[in-house]
Amino acid sequence: MFLQQLINGVALGSTYALIALGYTMVYGIITLINFAHGEIFMVGAFVGLLMVGYFKLNLFLAMAIAMIFCMVMGVVIEYIAYRPLRKSSRLSALISAIGVSIFLSSLAMMVFGANAKGFPSEAFPSHQIHIGNADISTLQLLIIGVSALLMLALEFIVQKTKIGKAMRATSEDYNTAALMGINVNFVISFTFALGSALAAAGGVLVGVLFNSVSFNMGLMAGLKAFAAAVLGGIGSIPGAMLGGLLLGVAEVFGVAIGYSSYRDAIAFAILVLVLLFRPTGLLGQKIQKKV
Amino acid sequence: MALLKLDNTTIRFGGLVAVNGVNLEVEEGEILALIGPNGAGKSTIFNLITGIYPPTDGAISFKGKSIAGRPPHVIASGGIGRTFQNIRLFGEQTVLDNVLIGAHTRGNWNLTGALLQFLPSVRKEEGRLLELAIHCLSKVDLAHKAYELASNLPYGEQRRLEIARALAIEPALILLDEPAAGMNPQEKQTLLKMVRNIRDDGVTVFLVEHDMKFVMGLSDRIAVLDYGSKIADGRPEEVRANPAVIEAYLGKGAAH
Ligand SMILES: Nc1ncnc2c1ncn2[C@@H]1O[C@H](COP(=O)(O)OP(=O)(O)O)[C@@H](O)[C@H]1O
Ligand SMILES: [Mg+2]
Repeated sequence: MFLQQLINGVALGSTYALIALGYTMVYGIITLINFAHGEIFMVGAFVGLLMVGYFKLNLFLAMAIAMIFCMVMGVVIEYIAYRPLRKSSRLSALISAIGVSIFLSSLAMMVFGANAKGFPSEAFPSHQIHIGNADISTLQLLIIGVSALLMLALEFIVQKTKIGKAMRATSEDYNTAALMGINVNFVISFTFALGSALAAAGGVLVGVLFNSVSFNMGLMAGLKAFAAAVLGGIGSIPGAMLGGLLLGVAEVFGVAIGYSSYRDAIAFAILVLVLLFRPTGLLGQKIQKKV
Repeated sequence: MALLKLDNTTIRFGGLVAVNGVNLEVEEGEILALIGPNGAGKSTIFNLITGIYPPTDGAISFKGKSIAGRPPHVIASGGIGRTFQNIRLFGEQTVLDNVLIGAHTRGNWNLTGALLQFLPSVRKEEGRLLELAIHCLSKVDLAHKAYELASNLPYGEQRRLEIARALAIEPALILLDEPAAGMNPQEKQTLLKMVRNIRDDGVTVFLVEHDMKFVMGLSDRIAVLDYGSKIADGRPEEVRANPAVIEAYLGKGAAH
């Protein structure tokens, strides 16, 4: 029972973590809460669904296409909706982000209708594996495995590659990074591309997990992932991973011990509690002093 | 032809003319110092050269090409490195990573290269940059601290790390904004030798500094700025004897 719920929680939490990473990376670099990030996740789910349901592609190929599609979309959104506002107040950019978010979900509703769509069951033929007295589905293992792989890849890019060094430098001090020869516009585009690809992967995985894809799925998932990012310490990549997992596990256990009607409130209750004691989140840096 | 040329360069911040019609040439291979009272506009001149602000008026050219109004990263990659009056290191990164961030403009810096790290050609490139970074660190005697966090270094070493980071751009021109500030006399002496070495390696040095002994001992030429205007320009002993300078600056500052 415990193991069972833990796996359920980790699977759900990995998808929160995938989405939370995009919030935290974008915030880390341009201190913007990308309100449209949840909708990128939703579009990713739809692209995956189209690829599997209409073009009959296998799930992994569908996920790769969804990731590429959303990468481009994330870069375009940044270019037209946020970049022109780079020098104005953060509030203007936030409002622009809310606009993009509403635009995308309305567009999805026009194109795909208001009803949730299910993934074809042959998308990923899942079966149960028994470990001890727990029933674990291969689908859950897939979700955990894919998420772990993507997060490892992200960690590699950020820690070990040149573009990763440029990302870290830009997120620490945007202006100085430019003066050291870093093309910060490119770094910002790259950050949006990475975050959007992860969200798209999350979207496809969640679509398969709950067998449901709908135009408004980005709202609640986005809010919870944002809560996960803040819980872990916004701007911190390991923080987003940890925050996502914690919220997923807490949510599943909360439901298991009988608070299922509060399912969506659990994440936010934890967030409020943690922020009371650690205002910068679990792994957040102290607020940067800017001169 | 001068390496860097300011031609009637002017910038206004609202009503304040922070830099007022400055003409100044930096010759290749020299050590030029810019001095002047606080608020004279010295740092602003560095900010203009490195592209933080476009000049309101006038021109700036580097290696014969206009750079006024170009973005900072383009100017930096073109061969101008700098340090800051208020230290601006990436404090959460290691000493080595700080320098590698400066060095990255020297690599074939594209996306595929960044992602295809396992290819031998890319690895080789990484190796070359690492060598460059260590070389720059040893120029300021910090190679042994490569793996410490930048923010954990004592103040004087942080100033030197900024120099190493700027050197990693492999610049033709390095701008040092008050490099000796906050250092004790012994550290200043070491720094002086390091700056001379940097010049002897072929990097032109343009610095702002308040310590007159340091400036007089180091510079080939000195320019003096007062209220945004250049009031003198010449060899150290000429500048020291210039009555306008004595009145504007040395009269107050050099008494001790
Ligand atoms: N971004 C800015 N906006 C408004 N005023 C500025 C700005 N940068 C510098 N100044 C003003 O320009 C003058 C010159 O400053 P600065 O170049 O820092 O002097 P210093 O010679 O001490 O380095 C000062 O009066 C300063 O307040
Ligand atoms: Mg200054």
